[in-house]
Amino acid sequence: MKTLAILTRNPLSLIGLILVASVVLSALLADFITPFPQHVGSVVDFTNFNKPPKWPNIFGTDLVGRDLFTRVIYAYRISLILGVVVLALAVPVGVAIGLLAGYLGGWTEYLLMRLTDVFLSIPPLVLAMSMMGLLAPTLTNGMIAVTVMWWPWYTRLVYNIARSEKEEGYVLAAEVIGASRTHIMFREILPNCIPSIVTKMTLDFGFVILIASSLSFLGLGVQPPTPDLGSMVAEGAKYLPDSWWLTVFPGVAILVAVFGFNLIGDALREILGVDQ
Amino acid sequence: MPPLVRLLAKRLGTSLIVLIGVSLLIFAIARVIPGDPARIALGPNATADAVAMLRERLHLNDNFITQYAYFLGDLFRGDLGISLYTNRPVTTDIVQFLPATMELVIVSGLMMVALGLPLGVLSARYRGTWIDHIIRLVTLLGVSAPGFVWAVILMLVFAYYIRIFPIAGRISDIYAIQTVTGFLMLDTLIAGNFKAFGNAAWHIVLPAFALALSGIGQAARLVRSNMVETYDKPYIEMAEAYGFPAKRIANRYAFRPSLIPSLTIIGLDFAAMLGNAFLVEAVYAWPGLSRYGVAVILRKDLNAIVGTVLIISAMFLIVNIIVDLMVSIINPRIRLSQRAS
Repeated sequence: MKTLAILTRNPLSLIGLILVASVVLSALLADFITPFPQHVGSVVDFTNFNKPPKWPNIFGTDLVGRDLFTRVIYAYRISLILGVVVLALAVPVGVAIGLLAGYLGGWTEYLLMRLTDVFLSIPPLVLAMSMMGLLAPTLTNGMIAVTVMWWPWYTRLVYNIARSEKEEGYVLAAEVIGASRTHIMFREILPNCIPSIVTKMTLDFGFVILIASSLSFLGLGVQPPTPDLGSMVAEGAKYLPDSWWLTVFPGVAILVAVFGFNLIGDALREILGVDQ
Repeated sequence: MPPLVRLLAKRLGTSLIVLIGVSLLIFAIARVIPGDPARIALGPNATADAVAMLRERLHLNDNFITQYAYFLGDLFRGDLGISLYTNRPVTTDIVQFLPATMELVIVSGLMMVALGLPLGVLSARYRGTWIDHIIRLVTLLGVSAPGFVWAVILMLVFAYYIRIFPIAGRISDIYAIQTVTGFLMLDTLIAGNFKAFGNAAWHIVLPAFALALSGIGQAARLVRSNMVETYDKPYIEMAEAYGFPAKRIANRYAFRPSLIPSLTIIGLDFAAMLGNAFLVEAVYAWPGLSRYGVAVILRKDLNAIVGTVLIISAMFLIVNIIVDLMVSIINPRIRLSQRAS
């Protein structure tokens, strides 16, 4: 709560909060605030196809006459679900491996960190792409693919902190009084990793949206008719420059969401005193 | 052994282990997929006999370990197998498409360093002022959109509305340049055709900038935060007390030590461009590895997927080794200890 109060005082993080809040709220309330909720599915309205922005279609309409604003808002909903699921899976796994490697050291450290290196040495997008291509391109598989590329970053983050923390007096003290390894890792060291983890998660929420949209931009993400920001841009790019609204609005929608999370993440980093 | 050589040997050794791990990982992913790769390659009209023959030829009937052993054996002979999509050796395909991607990534990387570092220095030197605020806002915007969004926006603005850059491609059709290296900006120079060089350079500006934007933002932000920390050090205070010019303090005393921690991350960003190039190439019809990569992925062309991922990862590791070496050369603690030995 105190952190939230500080966030609202700084103009930049306040903008971030407003952006993120509007993205999240519009996604939650999509059924009520969008003018044409039925346009989420495979609806066609050929009398209204490919129209530039004009009331009630404030973002224009797509190639089969669906309202673009409606589809952008519903695409936010899917992006946010994906972000929540990916982080909920990747963070605990990554953090646990990082703690084990950092605290236990020795062979455990060597094996776990080399494993992490393997995942880190395939460019993130390429790994997710190959997995998506080899599995079927569905939302669930998209979550799996992005999770598989995401956990190593948390491992590295927590590993570095754990390695320096284990030399600290409080850890030695816990060892001396005979605390178990599990207790030291999860009760002593982990709490000191929380500020870094929370900051990274805020920033990553935006980046998960970014990567997921990149996958679907390449045709390796969520399949139509499910609305997705990346595939909307890919589809619209064929009709530049005349039908500019097909690409510009979904593209800016990605920018707005990621920018919002980045602004908050940046502010958190300063408030919580976390290094980059 | 001088420390630099020892470092190089150590990094090469670790990289080789990691690369074998990558091959095992991607090979495993490629083998657990649902569906029969031979059937997918030959299409639904192929006879059962033809499918069985292809399965035999691809060693698909053997167990995983045997398959991987065959693969590793071929790999050491520089053979990545035949692409079922192009019917050519995967290595031939990669040799054809990789240079265009590398050219794009290298130009982007140069832009990242040439624009990102000075922006970061400026931001740190004028920290807390409006210059700093504007740079921070712009660089944060840069990292907040994927490459394809910038690619589309830049194309719309600078190729369609203000027609100063070409819309797509690597070079205008009127130039016929003989392929030597595959890097058009080198090949045009080798051919001595400076007009063609200018044309190729003009074509690469927009795609490279779209690809570089997030890296520029990342680099500037890193350098800024590292420099701001350095500014609190006593020796900077002393330099200020002596009345050294602010510019000299920024460029020499604050920037140099900040470069070392920044460089490692910049190396990672540069390597990430190898993946992000896929996004930009698709927008600008850049004839690089992207179209090939996406096509083989969609067709479940196992050999080509494994080969492409392996080559990209090898590039990634090489870039990181180069960055590590650069860091050690810049860092006087390592450089000078070498001189002493």
